Amino acid sequence: MLESYLDNRLKQKEILLMTHIVLGYPTFEDAFKIIESMVNAGVDLMELQIPFSEPIADGPVILHANQKALAKGATVKKCVDFAKTVAETFEIPFLFMSYYNILFKYGVERFVDTMAENGLQGAIVPDLPPEEGKDYLEAMDKHRLSPILIFSPSTSDERMNYLGAFGRGFIYCVARKGVTGVDTDFSRQLENYLVRCRKATDLPLALGFGVKERADIDFLKGKADIAVIGSETIRLVDKEGVGAVEAFIKTLR
Amino acid sequence: MKDRGYYKKFGGAYLPEMLVSTFDELVEIFQTAKNDPGFWEEYVDIMSTYSCRPTPITFAQNLTRHFGGARIYVKREDLNHTGAHKANNVIGQGLLVKRMGKTRVIAETGAGQHGVATATMAARFGFKCTIYMGEVDVQRQRPNVFWMERLGAEVITVTEGTRILKDAINESFRDWVTHMDTTHYVLGTACGPHPFPEMVSYFQSIIGQEARKQILDQAGGLPDRIYACVGGGSNALGIFNAFLDDPVDLVGVEAGGEGLETGRHASRLSSKDASVGVAQGYKTYFLQDNDGQMRETHSVAAGLDYVGVSPILAQYAETGRIRFEAATDREVMDALSLTIQKEGLIPALESAHAFAQALKEAPAMTPKDIILINQSGRGDKDIFTIADAFADPKWQAFIKEKAEGYHA
Repeated sequence: MLESYLDNRLKQKEILLMTHIVLGYPTFEDAFKIIESMVNAGVDLMELQIPFSEPIADGPVILHANQKALAKGATVKKCVDFAKTVAETFEIPFLFMSYYNILFKYGVERFVDTMAENGLQGAIVPDLPPEEGKDYLEAMDKHRLSPILIFSPSTSDERMNYLGAFGRGFIYCVARKGVTGVDTDFSRQLENYLVRCRKATDLPLALGFGVKERADIDFLKGKADIAVIGSETIRLVDKEGVGAVEAFIKTLR
Repeated sequence: MKDRGYYKKFGGAYLPEMLVSTFDELVEIFQTAKNDPGFWEEYVDIMSTYSCRPTPITFAQNLTRHFGGARIYVKREDLNHTGAHKANNVIGQGLLVKRMGKTRVIAETGAGQHGVATATMAARFGFKCTIYMGEVDVQRQRPNVFWMERLGAEVITVTEGTRILKDAINESFRDWVTHMDTTHYVLGTACGPHPFPEMVSYFQSIIGQEARKQILDQAGGLPDRIYACVGGGSNALGIFNAFLDDPVDLVGVEAGGEGLETGRHASRLSSKDASVGVAQGYKTYFLQDNDGQMRETHSVAAGLDYVGVSPILAQYAETGRIRFEAATDREVMDALSLTIQKEGLIPALESAHAFAQALKEAPAMTPKDIILINQSGRGDKDIFTIADAFADPKWQAFIKEKAEGYHA
């Protein structure tokens, strides 16, 4: 289970690293190489995003990666098959990230069954609040997979408690307003927000949106349990190619 | 949010966590306003002094004589300030923005009518304003871009995705999720997460409230059929709402584009190409592939060129209370041409879809029958598209001359 993995890992490391890629971007072969580099560089867990044509929570970098992956023919079936290979090949836990319509059209139960069969450990679905996700949460629970719930700075204490009750594995704390891939101010305010998150749940806290360098991760030590690198590696691949990934990830620790 | 705005299985509020508290606030402010009798009075007062409400119903005597079938009446939403029914929704939401104390509004626009209406409201109420518009639509509705900018709005061209209405909606959400403390997103149609479908149709219901009284007075009875074009569905819900309990055939007309059989259309409820999905925060019929990826849509009318449709209309499509049809680009141009020549009315390309279907059906009806068409907007904005469709040589010569003038 994801939680026990994270607990063990956190006994060895002050902060864990979760990275994110868009499946089929730049290609499936490159995506595989990127994952390999990330695992070699010591990433602790990964989000595999199934591309969607309308990713409203994502900023320009991930949005374009979604569009290009789809234009090159990434289908849900290819993503699911690819994820199976990845989960069999590498030791770390993998999560799916996508928008609800992808699960809905696949069939929520069938999607979760497939996740379980293919060795994925959880999922992040940013446009599915628990109020709309009863079927999804039940299916995840049945397979003991982790639905990753999201906190944001605009989430009230009361709602954090409500969301925390549905969360498994860890809570994904969005660092600030806005979409992915925009700078975050690593400030006192962010620290206070993380204190609020910590009070609301016993689950480990992941902090994402705008995390892009070692200083950001150092700031998060002792405040969050997992730092999430999203757009930054895609930006790097766009600029410098797949080969630059491993060295970059190694600079983060 | 306790009531999540479901219409049978359609609707809901599929929100990213960041927007949940913003929607809670919006739901509360809307419910409070709705329960305050003074609010609707204030709304009607502004609509009658700043816009042109009540808009009249016109008996289309020449079209009626031409077809020799049903008597044809037209609800004149084109006579609203800014030239379309969009003003109804925008002024209503503007009053809510004042109540919330926000200082900036954003909106998506397809045809540009909703953008112009929002920019106008922002100028009048003293709000900052940003309008998102797909690149394709900026090209085909340039006059409206010009007016939005003159009205003080910032117009952002959206180059993502299919570069039309749905992509402008996505960009609006991305702006909102960043600036929700100061900013309200004036969604232009009865789509999106709860409470937008309910709220937009509430403000648009003024159309039907007026129309029901007017048609009884002028025609001496209820209409047999009412026609409205359907993009997101707000003008259709606006006029249909008042007649839901009457024995009236309600007809929503979608964009048939180049024909349903070509796949190049935007017909969600009248074609077999759409299926139920969840995007842009709500559940409805979308034109999507089996993976759930949204497809490219096509219509000569930017305002109807949209992948989804109001969850309230999806519900009525399932119950059969509203009949859905499609009119092709070609049929729309013919209906537009005839309406201009026979009645001196210039419907917007969007509204001309309602005319096209009505004019198909009118000849088979009798003079005892009454039909009512919602002319949701005026066609001035479409001058470039219509001139192209008719390959008007004098217009082309004028444009060439004008262009040369700018090179000088």
